[in-house]
Amino acid sequence: MSEKTHPLRKYMRPQVKKTTFCPGCGAGIITQALLRAIDELGLTMDDFVFVSGIGCSAWIPSPLLNADTLHTTHGRPIAYASGVKMGLPDKHVVVVSGDGDLSAIGGNHLIHAARRNIDMTVILVNNGIYGMTGGQTAPTTPYGLTTITSPYGNAEQEFDISALVVAAGGSYVARWTTYHPRQMTKSIKKAIQKKGFAMIEAITQCPMQFGRVSKQGSAVNMLKNYKQNGIRIEKAAKMDPSELQGKIVEGVFVDCDKPELISSVAALQRRTGGKE
Amino acid sequence: MAQTDINIAGVGGQGSILAGIILGTAAVTYDKKYAVQTQAYSSELRGGFAATWVIVSDDPVGFPRVTAPDILVAQAQDAVNRFAKVLKPKGLLIIDSDMIPEPPAGIERVVRVPATYTSRNELKAPVVANMIMLGALWQATHIVSREAFEKAIADFVPRGKDKLNLDAFERGARAVENQKI
Amino acid sequence: MSEARRVNTGTHFMMGNQACAEGVIAAGCGFAAGYPITPASEVFNALAKQLPKAGGTLLQTEDEISAVCTAVGASWAGLKSFTVTSGPGISLMQENIGLAVATETPLVIVDVQRLGPSTGVPSIGMAGDMVQVARGSHGDYQIIALCPESPQEMFDMTVQAFNLAEEYRVPVFVMAEGFVGHMRERVVIPDESEIRLVYRKITQGGEPLTRRDFLDPEVASMPVFGRGLKTHVTSSCHDEYGMRNLSDPDVMHRYIMTPIQKILSKRDRIVEIEADYEGAKLVLISYGVVSRASRQAAAMARAEGLKVGTLRLKTAWPFPDKEVRAAAESADFILVLENNTGQMYPYIKAESAHACKVGFLGPQVLGQIHDPQYILAKIREIMK
Repeated sequence: MSEKTHPLRKYMRPQVKKTTFCPGCGAGIITQALLRAIDELGLTMDDFVFVSGIGCSAWIPSPLLNADTLHTTHGRPIAYASGVKMGLPDKHVVVVSGDGDLSAIGGNHLIHAARRNIDMTVILVNNGIYGMTGGQTAPTTPYGLTTITSPYGNAEQEFDISALVVAAGGSYVARWTTYHPRQMTKSIKKAIQKKGFAMIEAITQCPMQFGRVSKQGSAVNMLKNYKQNGIRIEKAAKMDPSELQGKIVEGVFVDCDKPELISSVAALQRRTGGKE
Repeated sequence: MAQTDINIAGVGGQGSILAGIILGTAAVTYDKKYAVQTQAYSSELRGGFAATWVIVSDDPVGFPRVTAPDILVAQAQDAVNRFAKVLKPKGLLIIDSDMIPEPPAGIERVVRVPATYTSRNELKAPVVANMIMLGALWQATHIVSREAFEKAIADFVPRGKDKLNLDAFERGARAVENQKI
Repeated sequence: MSEARRVNTGTHFMMGNQACAEGVIAAGCGFAAGYPITPASEVFNALAKQLPKAGGTLLQTEDEISAVCTAVGASWAGLKSFTVTSGPGISLMQENIGLAVATETPLVIVDVQRLGPSTGVPSIGMAGDMVQVARGSHGDYQIIALCPESPQEMFDMTVQAFNLAEEYRVPVFVMAEGFVGHMRERVVIPDESEIRLVYRKITQGGEPLTRRDFLDPEVASMPVFGRGLKTHVTSSCHDEYGMRNLSDPDVMHRYIMTPIQKILSKRDRIVEIEADYEGAKLVLISYGVVSRASRQAAAMARAEGLKVGTLRLKTAWPFPDKEVRAAAESADFILVLENNTGQMYPYIKAESAHACKVGFLGPQVLGQIHDPQYILAKIREIMK
């Protein structure tokens, strides 16, 4: 029997034989979208440094991807990545981490990296819950949902992370569910090429925790839900907010060019004579 | 004199701390002596208290805190109220006589300098009152050389203001010339 | 970039915090991160002006957590990295100081300590963080900490801290105090050629996850990013090759012990003290700016014929255990002087109580350096 190798396997560490994701997890789809984007751009793994925090999705790059990878503390990958980028301005720095990591404990770094417009791609994997720790409420958990830490229903409002990053100053912001991997891939390519702060909010299924508590059930059911309730941003713009209840607005939220931090720093170094 | 401890104090905005830094710079950078300068001030930059302590020595300074100064240069009544009580017995008090009408009783060696009047009315520059006080300090003690003081002043005052500041220093020195110390 | 411009050679009358910034530049720092805080701000303020001219970059971060994280990130990018703060900032940094320890990242952190707990008094110095820098992050580990007593040492020890960080792949702290940070004194900055600089060993090739990037008691070469080394770095428990391992107890043991051993086995090369207690019956042990009061008090006591000596811990961590023991074994009494309520005292006592009596003396008023007269009075009382 001849062994078949996935065409994207070459981007993964040969020593790593398995992932740490549960069956049905969306991390595989997001990993594929990321690697396909790199493949289609004709870049190599040596063009990248990947940084992640703590949570299931932080294990997408670490140790899987065969590149420089920095696996850090909970909430701080964007801060670490900012330092990496300051030191290696010519590399693409990509952060892959979860909604809890990047918008709860690490929310301050997210908005300030966007404000600075530092050249970086953030893949914010949003499963709407704390999966690894057992299904607790996240800032992205829908209002009213019953979770381990909201046993009587979530009393809090949820974050619209894409809108937050647009407001904070991101240059490129897009949101896609794992039901739209091709669109996600295209956006990741755009994000990598964008000179500035770029974020992809990847809405993904966590059948083991979110699927269970939301009673949406299996990964397949969750993907069907994304298909049913996903709505393009262009269409959503023409709809009444009441009609958008329970919908997932997808698409490109912003795509613009403005002064980027690393280039601005290099320019001031040249101006002060510190750099040729 | 191996070591002299000086306290310069006033209210924020009078330049007491800058005067201390200039004194230390004159001693270390230009007279090749040793000096330590420390400071304390209230959080508001204008109007609160401001004080600096400078130790000038021929040898490296050990303990860097001034507990009882040999000299107190007071630019405001508040400075006298706060710091005169720890002046060493036989210590020298140099006061801006426009701000401090009457030195506290019991201090024998007092030098009076009309720094506020001179800076406002003669030099038309209230900000140089501290330089007048430094000139008085120099004349009264010769703690560092005049050349060192002049160079240090030039290091710290805005470009083009050297002459004004040196003039102020000179007036401070002259104000002390005929006083018994 | 002309080399000469990096070093501000000459004799200066300089603030401790400025001298520290000069040290950062002289050490060849490539990246500095910071967040404004009294009484440390002048260091970062000076770097904002001077570092870009010296070819380095800096980032004023959104908080101290980000400051230490960006500095670690930049260190993995291959730059000598730096951050500076005071007690509240150190408190915020602790978790990620642990990451720097666990990932064996060279990093210099200057702590211009202030009066605490909590927001305390920003402008008043106090040696309040002596234990938290060594024990404040969770888990067990060793760092290096140096204690400057003057603006001159703010320069010297900052350069030394970079050298130690690069040599041992470890966070190194310069434990200044507000008093030293803000005081001005004579600072002699040598010619560039006279300043010894150490650069980390960098991994040249090899397969990731099969080469020994971590947990080498002799200090592994550092597989910095951006050179195609495909390095895997994780702060979670990992083996010598950097592979995460959350199941093997032996790996867990080595993950904790090897970085500790790396420092402790080299402690003779790291630890520096200043001993002046030959023939003394009473030895004053202190560190930082208090040492200046201590020396003066000892000189005054000797002038009265009292046999008093001093031991100054220039290195606080790794703890100079042998050096303290030697002093204790030669004296009848150890008096520990600190500008706090006795943070290093238990460590000193543990190494000396078997050999002599041990006492502690804080300043009359916390935050103020001990008056030598006050120390002298205590010496007289002990030696009566």
